[in-house]
Amino acid sequence: MLKLKALTRLTFLGAAVAWLVMVFSDVTVLFSDLKGLTPDVPLWLPRLMLDLYVICIFYYYKFKIERDESLNFTDLLWRVFATGLVATVISLALRLLDFLLGSTRLSSNIFFHDVEYLVNLGLLLSFLVAAYTCWKRLILYQKSKWLLRGWLIFEIALVVVLLSDNFKITLEEWLFTTVTVLTGLLALVLSANMKWVAFLNFRQKWTSLLLLLLSFFYLGYFFYTVTRFSDEISLQSVAFLDFRNHSFNIYLFSFVMLYSIFSFLVILFNLPTSSVFEQKLEEVVNFQRISQSVQTEQNEESVYKILLESSVSSVFADAAWLEIKGEQENHRLQTYQITEADARKIQQHLNGRNVKGILEQSTDKTKNLSQHLSTLKGINYRSIMAFPVSVKGEKIGTLALLKELPEGFNKEMTQIVSAFANQAGISIENFRLLKEAIQNERYKEELKIAKTVQKSLLPDKLEKDPAFDISAFSESADEVGGDYYDTLRINDHQVGLIIADVSGKGTTAAFHMSQMKGIFHSLAQQALEPKDFMVRANQALKYCLERGSFISATYFVIDTQSRTIRYCRAGHCPVLFYQAHEKTAGFLTDKGVALGMVKGKDYDNYIETNSMPWQSGDVMVLFTDGITEAKNGRGDEFGLDLLKATVTELAANNPQEIQDRLIKKLYDYTGTEEIDDDYTTMIVKFH
Amino acid sequence: MVHIKRLQEDGADILAVIGEIDASSSIELDLAIAKSVGEGSKKILVDCSALEYISSAGLGVFMSYIEEFKDKNIHMVLFGMKEKVVNTFQILGLSDLLHISLTKVEAKKLLHELSV
Repeated sequence: MLKLKALTRLTFLGAAVAWLVMVFSDVTVLFSDLKGLTPDVPLWLPRLMLDLYVICIFYYYKFKIERDESLNFTDLLWRVFATGLVATVISLALRLLDFLLGSTRLSSNIFFHDVEYLVNLGLLLSFLVAAYTCWKRLILYQKSKWLLRGWLIFEIALVVVLLSDNFKITLEEWLFTTVTVLTGLLALVLSANMKWVAFLNFRQKWTSLLLLLLSFFYLGYFFYTVTRFSDEISLQSVAFLDFRNHSFNIYLFSFVMLYSIFSFLVILFNLPTSSVFEQKLEEVVNFQRISQSVQTEQNEESVYKILLESSVSSVFADAAWLEIKGEQENHRLQTYQITEADARKIQQHLNGRNVKGILEQSTDKTKNLSQHLSTLKGINYRSIMAFPVSVKGEKIGTLALLKELPEGFNKEMTQIVSAFANQAGISIENFRLLKEAIQNERYKEELKIAKTVQKSLLPDKLEKDPAFDISAFSESADEVGGDYYDTLRINDHQVGLIIADVSGKGTTAAFHMSQMKGIFHSLAQQALEPKDFMVRANQALKYCLERGSFISATYFVIDTQSRTIRYCRAGHCPVLFYQAHEKTAGFLTDKGVALGMVKGKDYDNYIETNSMPWQSGDVMVLFTDGITEAKNGRGDEFGLDLLKATVTELAANNPQEIQDRLIKKLYDYTGTEEIDDDYTTMIVKFH
Repeated sequence: MVHIKRLQEDGADILAVIGEIDASSSIELDLAIAKSVGEGSKKILVDCSALEYISSAGLGVFMSYIEEFKDKNIHMVLFGMKEKVVNTFQILGLSDLLHISLTKVEAKKLLHELSV
């Protein structure tokens, strides 16, 4: 930044020095010419200094204006105007001095005139270069490859002209004309770049016109002044620095003038249409407001509000309403400049006339319903158009716009409001998706908690007894299931075992499972007969389970003294029992209704206690239906038969091995580690 | 997915359950039975011949009406179940609580006996 500032100052200084040298050398040359002497300075010096001055000024403005990104279009015009103003004020001050001097000797002195002339010329050139720099920015506002190339050629041409003035290159007449015409044409083409005008609003256009008009005045004034001085001096001598001999000056002046005239005319003729452009711009802004409402953490309500406001302002509607068909209690009507009663009156009127249109909700075709309004008494509106607001193809609301003028809406208005309504629908949809996503996230979180709870309900350690070994396994799907197993020592020769499956999934299942655990731990201690255990468990559970929920369970008491098991099955999967001495396995299918199914007192009629002796090497496999219902790729279930065969084959191993290999076989069967149900087994092997 | 067709025959509502009943489709079954009950049917036949699978939630629906039917003197008979489906009813003990027949004729007969 500092460097740029230093450069700006340096160029300014350079310009000042060049100008001073120019003044002195020119006066010297003029003096020498008048006195018929040979000047002490070379004749070409003033010209060279003028070129240097122009180049310095050019870079000065380049650094000052071209690099400043904060300037907008009117700022640029203002820069031109301000430079012109300063230049004019200085020039006028000089003129005042001239006037005050009256007819003294100094005022008629040709050298004094020459200095005055050079001051004015410097000011004019500075103004021209400032304008040139600004015009360059305006022309290159929307760059294209060809535009940049054209501009480069134009600038090179200007530099060539600037330098060629120094060396008296005498071009052939035709070549000179050709180059001039070509450059002129290029300047014309470049001057046609007026895109920036479209971005001015009405007020800015007026300002620009005024600024341009004043700039014309400055140009005219300076041109007149320097021409007058030149004429005056050239009467006495032609050895001075006549700007008219300098084709660069003429070129620059013509170009600045040309673009100013173009701009002025274009702005002038754009004035009547500027409101349209402003309106379009507003529409875009409104469009953005609707589409960005999701990011800015607004709600559906604000989308409706923006939709209503934007639509009204875009089509200059006199009144409007937006009806949102929510849930029964959520039916809303937002109005603008119309009472709800009037809106309903219009709706009823249109409905009453069986108008097929959007308001009637049976069709999606946007229709201008204006013709039907003329028959409505007491309402001033004579134009109406209505649009659906849809979310995922489902109509959630209607937007109606009203005007007092008949035939007040045109096709463009229909299009823009239709676009608004669509965008609003998309925004609403986004809101809902976002809400859903948050809800899902919450649900997942809840499931995670439920799963942790469920895991913690399963025992860390199982009862140990020298007469048998137990091994258990439970793995649940992502959705929390309700599989439960547990063991409890009743006394020194009896151990209670339970396996249960709670119907349903998720948090409720985990909750019922915890109830089951409480029941097991309190009832098993009491050394109850398995049937009594179930009757009491049913009694405890029947009012706790909600409608349609039940728990299937099997309760076992292993007696190591009598070497028997006593058990009661309440709707649970039958136990697989392997008898070692016969090397056969079978399922213990007895009658038994699940817990929670019978609410009456007669539950004991539906269940029974069974007894079974066991011998060394016998294996008992308790499981839940997740195991037998596991499906392979073809959709076939693992099934009881395969379970039986697997256990028979593995029965010689210890329970942990049987379990590991059974589970492995299960995973191999399904072919995936992803399970969609709960796998639970408890395997007991007797010694 | 489940599809439930309802028709009437000899003063009995026949609900034909087609497809699979899982946790989500069990709601449809519940609604169908509730509608039948709500309209005052005293005899309900459930045609399970096209029922491929029923989950515990579906069984829970049948279970949940047991008490209500007893109170309101409504009779329901299920028939035509595939072996796999009838197994799930049996394991849970629901076959002891519900009336299940093999064929439609038997079911009608049973329904007639029950309502006398």
